[in-house]
Amino acid sequence: MRNAVGAVDTVLLLGGRSEIGLAIAERLVRGGARRVVLAAREATGGRGLAGEAERLRAAGAAEVHPVEFDAADTAGHEAVVAEAVKLVGDLDAVVDAFGVLGEQAAFEADPAAAAAAAAATFTGHVSADLAVAARLREQGHGTLVVLSSVAGVRVRRANFVYGAAKAGLDGLAQGLGDALHGTGARVMVVRPGYVPTKMSAHVSAAPFPASAREVADAVAAGLRRGAETVWVPGVLRYVFAGMRVLPRSVWRRLPR
Amino acid sequence: MRTQRRLLTGWGRTAPTSATVARPRTAAEAAALLKQAGPGRGAIPRGLGRSYGDAAQCAGGLVLDTAELAPGFRLDQEAGTVTAAAGTSLAELMERLLPHGRFLPVTPGTRQVTVGGAIAADIHGKNHHADSSFGAHVRWLRLVTPDGAERTVGPDRDPGLFWATVGGMGLTGVITEAEFAVVPVETSAVRVDTDRTADLDEALAVMTATDHRYHHTVCWIDLLATGRATGRGVLTRGRHARAAELPARLRRDPLRFRDRSAAAVPPRVPPGLLNTWSVRTFNAAYYARAPRRERDRITGVGPFFHPLDAVRDWNRLYGPAGLVQYQFAVPFGAEPVLRGIVSRLAAVGAPSFLAVLKRFGPGTPAPLSFPRPGWTLALDLPADLPGLARLLTSFDERVLEAGGALYLAKDSRAAPAAIRAMYPRLDEWREVRARVDPDGALTSDLARRLEL
Ligand SMILES: Cc1cc2nc3c(=O)[nH]c(=O)nc-3n(C[C@H](O)[C@H](O)[C@H](O)COP(=O)(O)OP(=O)(O)OC[C@H]3O[C@@H](n4cnc5c(N)ncnc54)[C@H](O)[C@@H]3O)c2cc1C
Ligand SMILES: NC(=O)c1ccc[n+]([C@@H]2O[C@H](COP(=O)([O-])OP(=O)(O)OC[C@H]3O[C@@H](n4cnc5c(N)ncnc54)[C@H](OP(=O)(O)O)[C@@H]3O)[C@@H](O)[C@H]2O)c1
Repeated sequence: MRNAVGAVDTVLLLGGRSEIGLAIAERLVRGGARRVVLAAREATGGRGLAGEAERLRAAGAAEVHPVEFDAADTAGHEAVVAEAVKLVGDLDAVVDAFGVLGEQAAFEADPAAAAAAAAATFTGHVSADLAVAARLREQGHGTLVVLSSVAGVRVRRANFVYGAAKAGLDGLAQGLGDALHGTGARVMVVRPGYVPTKMSAHVSAAPFPASAREVADAVAAGLRRGAETVWVPGVLRYVFAGMRVLPRSVWRRLPR
Repeated sequence: MRTQRRLLTGWGRTAPTSATVARPRTAAEAAALLKQAGPGRGAIPRGLGRSYGDAAQCAGGLVLDTAELAPGFRLDQEAGTVTAAAGTSLAELMERLLPHGRFLPVTPGTRQVTVGGAIAADIHGKNHHADSSFGAHVRWLRLVTPDGAERTVGPDRDPGLFWATVGGMGLTGVITEAEFAVVPVETSAVRVDTDRTADLDEALAVMTATDHRYHHTVCWIDLLATGRATGRGVLTRGRHARAAELPARLRRDPLRFRDRSAAAVPPRVPPGLLNTWSVRTFNAAYYARAPRRERDRITGVGPFFHPLDAVRDWNRLYGPAGLVQYQFAVPFGAEPVLRGIVSRLAAVGAPSFLAVLKRFGPGTPAPLSFPRPGWTLALDLPADLPGLARLLTSFDERVLEAGGALYLAKDSRAAPAAIRAMYPRLDEWREVRARVDPDGALTSDLARRLEL
C-alpha cells in the first residue's frame, strides 16, 4: 500500500533494464519499497537481470523478481501483470519505462523497422498499460507511472517516428488517467527532456537535460503529491508551453 | 441493501483507495456481507472515519459502514451502563446521556467517533491517568465474525477474543452493539484550572506532581517555540463541575448540551496555507492569549473536551496533500526521548499546531492497545512537508528504543517492522484472530500496509 507520505511497498518495472526505470525503482526502494518485479526480455535466460537485481538489493530491496516481458508480445501482457501480482501481491507502483528511440534516418530508410520500434514505444504500451489499469482498478489503489517524453508534446522533424509514438503514449496515459479517476488507481505522466542514458547516447544533449536520478527524484516527489503530470526538469513545462505555440514555419526549421 | 463504490480516506485525507461501501442494518446483514467478502479482497468495518490513516479502508474490497446498525440506545440507571449500537456517535450519546446526568467514561479529542471505533482503537481521553481507556469500561460487546457467527464477548466471556477486539482495529469482526459504564455527573460543565508552562520540563514536572488531583489533564505544546521556550505550553486540568459551582444563569438547566459546530472550512483550500510562518503566528497568539494562571473557571464539556469540533472539517486546512498525525507513547523514565523529539521538531521548524501531551496511567490487557503508563505526544504535520518521511522514521527509532509505541488509529506511514517491534504481543493477537477469521476475510489498508 502507498502510505501517507508517498512511499510504496511493491514496484513493477516494465522495461527492467531501463536506466531511468531502474533509477526510479532504486529511489522507491530507498523510500521503503521492499519487493520489486523487473519485467524485461531475456529476464532469466540470455542477458538476465542479475546486475539490475543486485543494484536494487544493495539499495535495500528484500525481493527482486525477474519476469519475461516483450513489448511485441501484446497477447502476453495480461499474463505478465498476473504473474507480477502472484509474486508480490498488490502492485503499489508500476513504472512503464520501455521504449526505443532509434535513429530517424534509419527509420526513414527501413519503414518496417520504424513500425517495429513504434510498436515498442507505443502499441506495446496499449496492451501493457490497459492490463495494468485493470489490475489497479480491481485492487482499488496503485499508481501507474508512464515515461512519456517532451518529444511527444510537439513532434519534431528530427525524430518524428519516436515523437509520434510518444505522442500516442502520452495521450494513452492521459486518457487512462481520466478513465481511472475516482477508482483509487492513478496514472502519472512523466515528461523528461534529454536524459543521458544508453538510449540517448547517440544523440547530442538538448537544453535542460536531467539525470536519471533527477527523474527518479521528481517521480518520488510526484508520488508524494499525487501529481498527474511531472516535467523533468520542472522548467520544461513552461518551455514547452512556448514551443507549442511556435509557428510551424519556425518549428520545422529547428535543428534537432 | 444499497452498496456504492467510493473513494475513502481517514481524517488525514491521505492515500485514498476505493471500496464498495455497504450499510448493514442488522447483525445478520453484517454476517452475510462478511461471508460474501471472504473470497474477494476482504472487508473492514468503518465508523465515522476519524482515524487519521488507513484503518477504516479496504482497497478493492468491502467497507461496512456502521451508521445504520440497530438497535439504538438503552440506559440502565441502576447499573450505570448504556447499551448502544456500534455506529452511534459519542456526540449523540452525550446528547442523550447528559439529560439523565450521565457522561461517557472516556472521550477523545473529538466527539464525532462511534462506539465501534472507540472500542476498536481502545481510545483514551484526558482522564487516562485516572480511568484508563475505553475498553476498560466495556461490559460486553456483540461481535459478528467472518464465519457468520454472532458472539457476545466481554472481560469474563471469551476474554481472549474480547481483548483482541478491544484495540483490534476492526480485524476480529464487526462490533454491532456494546454495553459500557457511564459516569454520573451533576452538570454539563467542567471546572478548569489553566497554567502556562514555560518549557517542556515544567509541563512534565507539574503534570507528574498534580495529575492525581485532577480527573482530566492535557497540555498543549507549542512545537515551534525554540531556545529556552522549547516545549512551552498551556496546561488545562479539570473535573466535572457540581451543580452548586455553576453561576446562577446556568443553574436553571445544569445539564444542557447541544452538539453543534460554530464554523466550517470550505471544501477547497489552497496548498501551503499551514506553513512554519502561519503556524508559528497562531501558536504564539494562542500561548499569549492563555491565562498565565487561572483557577476554577467554569466551561462547557464541548469547549473543554472537543475544542476542535468547533470548526467542522478543519482537516481541510491542510490543503489537497492532507495531514499526517504522529502519536507515540514512551514509558516514564524516557523523558529524554520526549525532550529530544520536541527539540528536533522545534529545530526543523515543523509546522505543527496544537500538539498534545498527556500522561497515561495503567493500560488494558488488550494486546494491541496503545495506552501504557508513560507520556504520549500527538502532533499534526502537513503530509507534503519536505523530509517528513525521514524525520518521522528517525522518531520511530527513538520511540522503539525507549520501549514505546505508535498509535495505530493515527498511523498512516510506519513500516511493518517498526510496528511489529513496538507490539510484541502481535503474534498472540494474531492467534485469536486466526481462530475467528481463518481465511483472512477481514483486512484493511492499515493491515495490508503493516502486515498485521
Ligand atoms: C480531532 C481528533 C481527535 C482525536 N482525539 C483522540 C484522542 O484524544 N484519543 C484517542 O484515543 N483517539 C483520538 N482520535 C482518534 C479516534 O478517536 C479514533 O481513531 C477512533 O477509532 C475513531 O472512531 P471512528 O468511529 O471514526 O472509527 P473509524 O475511523 O471509522 O475506524 C477506526 C477503526 O475502528 C474500526 N471500527 C470502526 N467501527 C467498528 C465496528 N463497529 N466494529 C469493529 N471495528 C470497528 C475500523 O475498522 C478501524 O480500524 C482523534 C481523532 C480526531 C479526528
Ligand atoms: N533517455 C532519454 O533521454 C529519455 C528522455 C525522455 C523519455 N525517455 C523515456 O524513458 C523511458 C526509459 O528510457 P531510458 O533512457 O531508461 O532508456 P533505456 O535504458 O534504453 O531503456 C529502455 C528499455 O526499453 C526496453 N525495450 C525496448 N524494446 C523492448 C521490447 N520490445 N520489449 C521489452 N522491452 C523493450 C529495453 O530493453 P532491452 O534491455 O531488452 O533492450 C530497454 O531496457 C523510455 O520510455 C524513454 O522513451 C527517455
